[in-house]
Amino acid sequence: MKIAYYPGCTLKTSAKNLNDSAVAAMAKLGVELVELDRWNCCGAVYSLADDDLLHQVAPVRDLIRVKDMGYDKVITVCSMCYNTLARANNLVRNDEEKRYTLNSFMEEETDYNGEVEVVHLLTFLKDEIGWGKLKEKVTKPLSDLKISPYYGCTLTRPRDIAIDSADNPRIMHDFLEALGAQVVNNPAGIECCGSYQILSNPDAAYSNINKIISTAINRGAEAIASSCPLCEFSLGKRQKQATEKFGDGKTLPTFYFTQLLAVALGVDDALMHFEIGHEKSRELLASKNLVGA
Amino acid sequence: MEKVKEISGENIDKCMQCGTCSGGCPMIDVLQITPRGIMHLSALGQEQKIAKANTIWMCASCNTCAVRCPRGIDIPKVMEAMRQIFLRKNVNYIEPNQIPDEVLEDMPQIVMVSCFRKHTA
Ligand code: SF4
Ligand code: SF4
Repeated sequence: MKIAYYPGCTLKTSAKNLNDSAVAAMAKLGVELVELDRWNCCGAVYSLADDDLLHQVAPVRDLIRVKDMGYDKVITVCSMCYNTLARANNLVRNDEEKRYTLNSFMEEETDYNGEVEVVHLLTFLKDEIGWGKLKEKVTKPLSDLKISPYYGCTLTRPRDIAIDSADNPRIMHDFLEALGAQVVNNPAGIECCGSYQILSNPDAAYSNINKIISTAINRGAEAIASSCPLCEFSLGKRQKQATEKFGDGKTLPTFYFTQLLAVALGVDDALMHFEIGHEKSRELLASKNLVGA
Repeated sequence: MEKVKEISGENIDKCMQCGTCSGGCPMIDVLQITPRGIMHLSALGQEQKIAKANTIWMCASCNTCAVRCPRGIDIPKVMEAMRQIFLRKNVNYIEPNQIPDEVLEDMPQIVMVSCFRKHTA
């Protein structure tokens, strides 16, 4: 099966571990993620100002590329791209006046009326592959791994684009269970890591990061799984600063959910790029005999 | 504050001051005025008080309040409208050229793009 794929900027640079593991893992499942011929940055955050249509042009343009390639669905793995594209799509679908203005403004392009479905990879795995089928495909079950899902904000909020319940999401729990992992519930796993405040007001973000990490550790998690390069930067790269400042300094490895998928499906571990993630991530998996040391 | 209503498209007068938004806000510890307080001040048109507090800039647009508000108000849109009112006067909350290079080099694009979209004109 072939399906259109929008990677997004960060997946092509500092989050190539997210991109490469997703592409390779899906290939194992018989799904080819076909990258759009041309695409641009979606803008990372959905514009919340009603009179700011200019910032809707970028995500809508990406959806036009999907339509032009003849696909009716596009997969994203980055939570923030998912949120921005899906919300822009709903704007086009639900607001006739703005749809008209956008289409007239983007003169040279195909008219877009919301024909494309924006799908996060977790939703695709649940609906198109199915947890049962995924479980059958697992060659290296993550049975010894105690892992806590981190949903963050943009997968489950706001409601009109949520891939699962905002207060009690299950989708990443179910995904990790299908991979054979021991899932550790973290009540702080639905809380905000501080998002872009990590740049403007790092201390405010550190306090949130510490809460998320320390709650996961206290509940017995050995690692955290996420699907967002911003969360991964904050929870992975900055957790030491955060827990040293606001907590007891304990840290734990972080993974993208796609890296765990790739491990469980037996993908060559060079494609997981553990070297650019949390420094202990390979070590933890090696200690469980899931990858080479 | 007609401008807030116009930019956000939200009816701030619907707010019943229940405080649910403040209760779940992940940034509450550092906010000089709570989200509930911001809703109150904006209904009263107290732009100056809002301008002096850090709230609209510390909001992370996490949407926790939006999914919980019993009156269905999209509070992050109200926060964005207020940020826009100030940013459109060309007053940035952060100046990208004053951030040290070594900080920027370390940041993934997704952090910079989202932060500059929220905090600069
Ligand atoms: S939750 Fe809604 S109604 Fe309650 S104070 Fe906040 S904005 Fe007002
Ligand atoms: S969107 Fe802003 S005000 Fe609302 S809960 Fe999140 S940080 Fe607080």
